[in-house]
Amino acid sequence: MSDDRTVKIEVRNLSKVFSDSPEPALELLEQRVPKDEVLERTGLAVGLDNVSFDLYQGEILVVMGLSGSGKSTLIRCVNRLIEPTTGSIRVDGEDITDVPRDELLRLRRDKFGMVFQQFALFPHRTIQGNVEYGLEVQKVEPAERAEKARRAIEQVGLAGWEDAYPNQLSGGMQQRAGLARALAVDADILLMDEAFSALDPLIRRDMQHELVALQEKLQKTILFISHDLDEALNIGDRIILMKDGAIVQSGTPEEILTRPATEYVERFVENVDISKVLTAEHALHRARAVAYCGDGPVTALHKMKEENLSAILVVRTDFRLAGMITAEDADRARRDGVDRIESVLQTDLPTATRDEHLHDLVNRLAGLSVPLPVVDADHKLLGVVSKGGLLEALAEGGSD
Amino acid sequence: MAFEIPKFPLDDLIDDGLDWLTDAMAGATKAVSRFAETGIDAIVDGLLFLPPWLLIIVVALVAWRIAGRRVALFSAAGLAFLWNLRLWEPTIETFTLVIFSTLVAVMIGLPLGIWAALKERVYRVIMPVLDFMQTMPAFVYLIPAIPFFGLGPVSAAFATVIFSMPPAIRLTTLGIRQVPPDLIEAADAFGSTPRQKLLKVQLPVAVPTIMAGVNQTIMLALSMVVIAAMIGAGGLGGEVWKAIQRLQAGDGFEAGIAIVILAMILDRITQKLASRAEHG
Ligand SMILES: Nc1ncnc2c1ncn2[C@@H]1O[C@H](COP(=O)(O)OP(=O)(O)OP(=O)(O)O)[C@@H](O)[C@H]1O
Ligand SMILES: [Mg+2]
Repeated sequence: MSDDRTVKIEVRNLSKVFSDSPEPALELLEQRVPKDEVLERTGLAVGLDNVSFDLYQGEILVVMGLSGSGKSTLIRCVNRLIEPTTGSIRVDGEDITDVPRDELLRLRRDKFGMVFQQFALFPHRTIQGNVEYGLEVQKVEPAERAEKARRAIEQVGLAGWEDAYPNQLSGGMQQRAGLARALAVDADILLMDEAFSALDPLIRRDMQHELVALQEKLQKTILFISHDLDEALNIGDRIILMKDGAIVQSGTPEEILTRPATEYVERFVENVDISKVLTAEHALHRARAVAYCGDGPVTALHKMKEENLSAILVVRTDFRLAGMITAEDADRARRDGVDRIESVLQTDLPTATRDEHLHDLVNRLAGLSVPLPVVDADHKLLGVVSKGGLLEALAEGGSD
Repeated sequence: MAFEIPKFPLDDLIDDGLDWLTDAMAGATKAVSRFAETGIDAIVDGLLFLPPWLLIIVVALVAWRIAGRRVALFSAAGLAFLWNLRLWEPTIETFTLVIFSTLVAVMIGLPLGIWAALKERVYRVIMPVLDFMQTMPAFVYLIPAIPFFGLGPVSAAFATVIFSMPPAIRLTTLGIRQVPPDLIEAADAFGSTPRQKLLKVQLPVAVPTIMAGVNQTIMLALSMVVIAAMIGAGGLGGEVWKAIQRLQAGDGFEAGIAIVILAMILDRITQKLASRAEHG
């Protein structure tokens, strides 16, 4: 990523101690004392420890970390729902850490839209009423308000539900409404705190795709909190990893996955290098979808489309791995009138066995457009290791 | 002779305090008294001016709109029965006093409840006062009411307002404090001013709880209005009071049943209001 893009939010040396007299804790943090020990010695809870990063105009930055790592504290400091203890936050060049109350409210109205994990829709208002809320607070005229809200509702695919109440909607639809409420105010910055975490996995994946599609059109600047690595890899332009209130690594998904991955793992999991202990078994998932050698290209395309894949693993009827096929190849085969995809497979793809160390899989996984297949001695497909699954296994391995 | 510890003069202190208050506030209490009396009389006269059957139909229609057919039928039948018992006038008097007191109690209680919900310090002062107000036997309120407002419906209304206000305050406070923190956070995140937050989020979300408080206030007001017959409130309580003094069990029960019927009508209608508020 080039650094000549506009910086939308600049966070410098941000720390948060949950107390009215934070000095003792700050002093200890200064001496690089870890937050557990600070709590033990001073009784003060540390939320953030000297966090600095830039959020560029038009990007989706995902902040990742285990529970309690300070993600929510961080995103709430950005619009001062939580008051930072020290450090500075600049939005469009303006330092917002010291602005007075009125000015802060104006900033929140003009610059930020926020989406919450538990949706936080107002139960006494219809979807239309919810989406109009931010505009109402801005004292926008009713007619204009209704029109803007209607457009936002349409953008998230909820047209027709304007008059429903939140409790009449499914979780996924409620979160669309939450997203519409944030979009309606037409702020440049979207703050999303685990916005999709309460949704079930299939809906969550849909929402991720839709967010990316929307972002393509709207070019907002998005700070997205997540504890799900797959999610971070799916939607993030860049990823920040947090632990104990501090940033342990930041970079593109690719960088996180490949180059400094071991270093990150070393820091993340403290002294043990989990990637040399855990095996493929630990990160093994069932393949989301497979095609069969006898399938026609249309069937294979359909399966990919169902699961939003750009390529799919192909197996024989006894589940031995035959290869993989990309959407492009399948499409060409369809046009050429090929009736079994068997003849157009890529057969040279890397595989792993279940007892191989995760450490050894990292390089094989990079640049692969399907998850890495894991096979047994007979070359039967046992499952797959995805990039997200791999990191998740590492993160979990490090947490207990 | 055993040594006797002198009695702490709590009674004298309170008497002196009240005397002083009565004197100091004589002007104000007279004005309030005249205003309230005129108001109460006007409502009673107005309602009694209407033919009972018309009022019964109006009440039944209101009940129908709010609480459905069963409550409407019950209200109509109950009121007709009261009319038949020749208790129409005392029923109207009692009803008026209850509604008047409830309105005043809510008008004072709602802002106090909001204040206590928003300011921790106010909350810590008000809650023990409410506990005190509610555990004090209801009769006791009647005594200071008399020097302030004299015998009659205004004193009764005063005592009733004091006695019935706590749930209005308490449930307003509870309703607002119970608003889920994520809704407050959402309101804040969109830059709401404290006032916008209160009017657009906290109060609307608290409405069902506040209405439950109003329902309780009405029920307490009704029970107090009956007791207040002792200081000349008249109405159905007055009928009971007369029957006690003359040991006429039949009359006493008639008036007692009338109170029960009135209570049930008021309760069903306001309860329905509360639960309707809950479902948008
Ligand atoms: N109001 C508070 N008072 C004291 N400590 C707090 C407060 N809010 C958060 N903390 C502490 O700060 C740390 C970071 O919390 P935070 O909610 O930011 O974590 P998180 O990364 O969002 O976790 P999760 O994934 O569970 O949402 C935790 O150790 C938490 O206990
Ligand atoms: Mg959180």
